[in-house]
Amino acid sequence: MSGVRTFDLAEATRRDLNGALHAAGAGGRFEVLNPRGAHAVACGITADIDVVVRGSVGYYCAGMHQRGRVLVEGNASTGLAENIMSGTVRITGNATMSAAATGCGGLVVVGGNAGARCGISMKGVDIVVGGDAGHMSAFMAQAGNLVVCGDAAADLGDSIYEARIFVRGDVESLGADCVEKEMRPEHVDTLARLLAAAASTVEGADPAEFRRYGSARRLYNFNIDDVDALARAAGR
Amino acid sequence: MCGIVGLFCKTETHRHELGRLTAVMLREMRDRGPDSAGFASYDPGEPGRTRITVLAEGVEVDWAAVAGALEGVLDAAVTVRAVHDHAVLSTDGDGRVARQWIIDNVADVTVLSYGAQIELYKAVGDPDLVAERYDLASRRGTHALAHTRMATESAVTTRGSHPFATGADTCLVHNGSLSNHNRLRRHLEGHGESFQTENDSEVAAGYLSWRIRSGDSISQALQGALSDLDGFYTFAIGVADGFAILRDPIACKPAVVAETDDWVAMSSEYRAIARLPGAVDAEVWEPEPARIYTWSLAA
Repeated sequence: MSGVRTFDLAEATRRDLNGALHAAGAGGRFEVLNPRGAHAVACGITADIDVVVRGSVGYYCAGMHQRGRVLVEGNASTGLAENIMSGTVRITGNATMSAAATGCGGLVVVGGNAGARCGISMKGVDIVVGGDAGHMSAFMAQAGNLVVCGDAAADLGDSIYEARIFVRGDVESLGADCVEKEMRPEHVDTLARLLAAAASTVEGADPAEFRRYGSARRLYNFNIDDVDALARAAGR
Repeated sequence: MCGIVGLFCKTETHRHELGRLTAVMLREMRDRGPDSAGFASYDPGEPGRTRITVLAEGVEVDWAAVAGALEGVLDAAVTVRAVHDHAVLSTDGDGRVARQWIIDNVADVTVLSYGAQIELYKAVGDPDLVAERYDLASRRGTHALAHTRMATESAVTTRGSHPFATGADTCLVHNGSLSNHNRLRRHLEGHGESFQTENDSEVAAGYLSWRIRSGDSISQALQGALSDLDGFYTFAIGVADGFAILRDPIACKPAVVAETDDWVAMSSEYRAIARLPGAVDAEVWEPEPARIYTWSLAA
């Protein structure tokens, strides 16, 4: 590939790689070879660059990500795209626990299955999981969308605030204060947009096959009588 | 934080290099537990013959005299092979009786394991040096467990290092901490288990030994563990004919599993698996909370 800088982690250090990614200007293109489960690969990107990682990565890959696009051809361990702010992080394989944890924006796509607590404390990130999501996914989720094309394990959306969850398959159980909600046209639109955005990594799916889940808003308000007022104030 | 690894050879293909591959995995987990390390490996051994691995750290033991006295107790021949501060006793006699006799009669030693297939070594210090000193790389066999320890619940000592094995060919490595181990230890002592440390993980090993000695399969024993053990755990477990993995219902202690036609490997981190032959094409997943995974040599 022309114009692509290649870092072979069998020889180069991860610090060299991440330093180069941090120094890169918009339009930079990078390829990472032999990650072999290394931690913190492609962390802290802030520029509009493209990074392709050929192989499986360890913890915290593409953490604190902004603007650029990271594609991992393989699996990712704990904390994939943790605290992502914007941009896109995709993996073709499975992610272990806490994928996209605390993410504030951007898009995270997991081609395979996501492990436990996917989207824990998500604050605006959009997540699309091609397979199943592990237990306690979207735990304390505050904003954003979690799309699960397969099944969701136990305690989905426990203590959820205002994030939306879309699941195509079975939900083993819903966590505290998480309930099924009506799929209104705007939700179908959102879902269709996210599935389209994930299409390069996740097989297409019909939004009509999904069900929506969200907060019953019984848990996080001190006074239950305030629910309607808060909802009006938030324009929901 | 601790690092655990387990490797189970489903076929003959890698059994000649079981130790070498386990050492490669252990090295990758060095950062997770630089205090101390240990490993257990299983090989077929000789039919009917039990090996007892004993630690004699910082003490001189007259092994010939111990073997002689033990022969009288077991009414069977006992041979001894010294490996640095460890010794492997071998006998046709009853391994459980031998273990208890050594605990009761040989001062300042710790019985690390007994069984027809298991040998177990552990020491304080850099995991790489521990592997080298006890020649992990040369070990052949069917499965192995190893552990790098960052001590939280008890002191950095060899005796507090993993793996733990209290019953025949039953061994575990643990990442986590148990909160009901004191009461459970007393309960198990009442059922004939004996312990040599104050360590929480030794109690988990004793629990499985008790259940298996009482007739449970490894799956039944682990089903019981889910209700009787309180705390955080990711376990890798070895038994005579198999290998198992269990995580607690919250599952916050990391674990990743990879499987090919030839092997199953589990570790705290994928990088320990990444260097195994065929890892690139292995099926890789995160074991689910409170789900029992077992692999059997018989299968």
